[in-house]
Amino acid sequence: MQYLLLIYQNEAAYEARPQAEVAATMAEYGTFTQGIIKSGNFKGGERLRPVATATTVRVRDGKVMTTDGPFAETREQLGGFYLIEAKNLDEATAIAARIPSARNGSIEVRPIWPMGEY
Amino acid sequence: MQEAFAAALTQWPASGIPVNPRAWLVSVARRKAIDRIRRRSSFLNTQHQLEAEAALASEPAPDAADAETIDDDMLRLIFICCHPSLNRDAQVALTLRAVCALPTEAVARAFLVSEETMAQRLVRAKTKIRTAKIPYQTPEPDRLDARVDGVLAVIYLVFTEGYAPTTGPDATRADLSAEAIRLARLLDRLIPERPAIQGLLALLLLHDARRPARTTLEGDIILLEHQDRGLWDQAGIAEGADLVERALRAPDIPSVYAVQAAIAALHGKAASFAATDWPQIVGLYEVLLKLQPSPVIALNHAAAVSILDGPAKALNLVDALAAREALDGYHLLPAVRADLLRRLGRHDEAREAYRAALALVRQDPERRLLAKRLAELD
Repeated sequence: MQYLLLIYQNEAAYEARPQAEVAATMAEYGTFTQGIIKSGNFKGGERLRPVATATTVRVRDGKVMTTDGPFAETREQLGGFYLIEAKNLDEATAIAARIPSARNGSIEVRPIWPMGEY
Repeated sequence: MQEAFAAALTQWPASGIPVNPRAWLVSVARRKAIDRIRRRSSFLNTQHQLEAEAALASEPAPDAADAETIDDDMLRLIFICCHPSLNRDAQVALTLRAVCALPTEAVARAFLVSEETMAQRLVRAKTKIRTAKIPYQTPEPDRLDARVDGVLAVIYLVFTEGYAPTTGPDATRADLSAEAIRLARLLDRLIPERPAIQGLLALLLLHDARRPARTTLEGDIILLEHQDRGLWDQAGIAEGADLVERALRAPDIPSVYAVQAAIAALHGKAASFAATDWPQIVGLYEVLLKLQPSPVIALNHAAAVSILDGPAKALNLVDALAAREALDGYHLLPAVRADLLRRLGRHDEAREAYRAALALVRQDPERRLLAKRLAELD
């Protein structure tokens, strides 16, 4: 069973952190990612550029509307994701809890809905 | 019996509610067992397989099934119903439906919603169990404490609704209290010698023991001070008090349920309202506030202080609590305040507070009590 782990955190707070702290977090992410690759849980994952670089696209009445920024203004922003294989939700949430950003942001755990399943 | 309860959760919405859930579970268990035997057929010769199938098919009643397996399944069922990824209402509803085997209509009544609404809620919860793959298993040891706490919170919520319903015509709902006690007993049997579980069971027994004295025949509330203590269930008090002692003997930090139960035990053992050990009760509330700084506990603490040190000191505590705004909308805050003001002879302010409480109260007998108190001031 696959789950998408969506990493939300406060971008402003993240960007305001001292360089050393950012480096330490990046190192932690490296260790974590290597760990889930080794355990076979890792299926994919990326970090995302800040929401300032985001563009939202909608099509209404056949017209394409392109606007600056993310779809919703929230306190925490989507900053990255992992796609994982886990045997059930408990394993998925245990992995989510090990993501470094879980300690200051939050991780949304969403089951993948395979094509062909109702 | 391995997968029967999990099947019960996912199949009820599709195939309708079985008339006798327990018998149905067993028959599902039997079918599942037969399936498993079929799957393993390469390891069994045909003769053995046929014998095993026949044995399972003729199994007369659940009591004949392996008791340990039923216990394992029951525990897993409790944990899946109270899984933290379900919201609390869904946890309570699923537990009442699947663990207590209450019909959907009865679960709906517990929540004061229509049967249709409750059926939809249950379907949604079961869909989440299936699609998010919430596991049907007892939690890993490192998560067990937190998961047991979640189950206890569900049981406590069911009991509270029975002890003092939020809304509706009744001052107590014995059916819900009884289900909660049954659940707590079951959990205590399945996971024995756990102070938090013992503490909760004790708390429920001690509170429920006073129920016969808490209302008049007409369903009006009788406050602790005026209750006929001869009506209290002494067996329940004795069992509860014994459990509290065992729960508090554990070397760990005491569970909040055990401390609350200790307070209830002091009430239960007191010969009269006046002869109650109020200094110890106030002390226990202070312990409780350190363990769990909740505004509801702070309000109860203030009420106990009013008996020990008088209403003036208690009013200071209640006013400080009101200033924190954490209990906004909770009728018992102005109700306690009104009582303290009345005892201090500040009748105009008391009237105002009773009116504030009346605007918030949703349970009929509580409303009648507040209205009576207000009328007595005139």
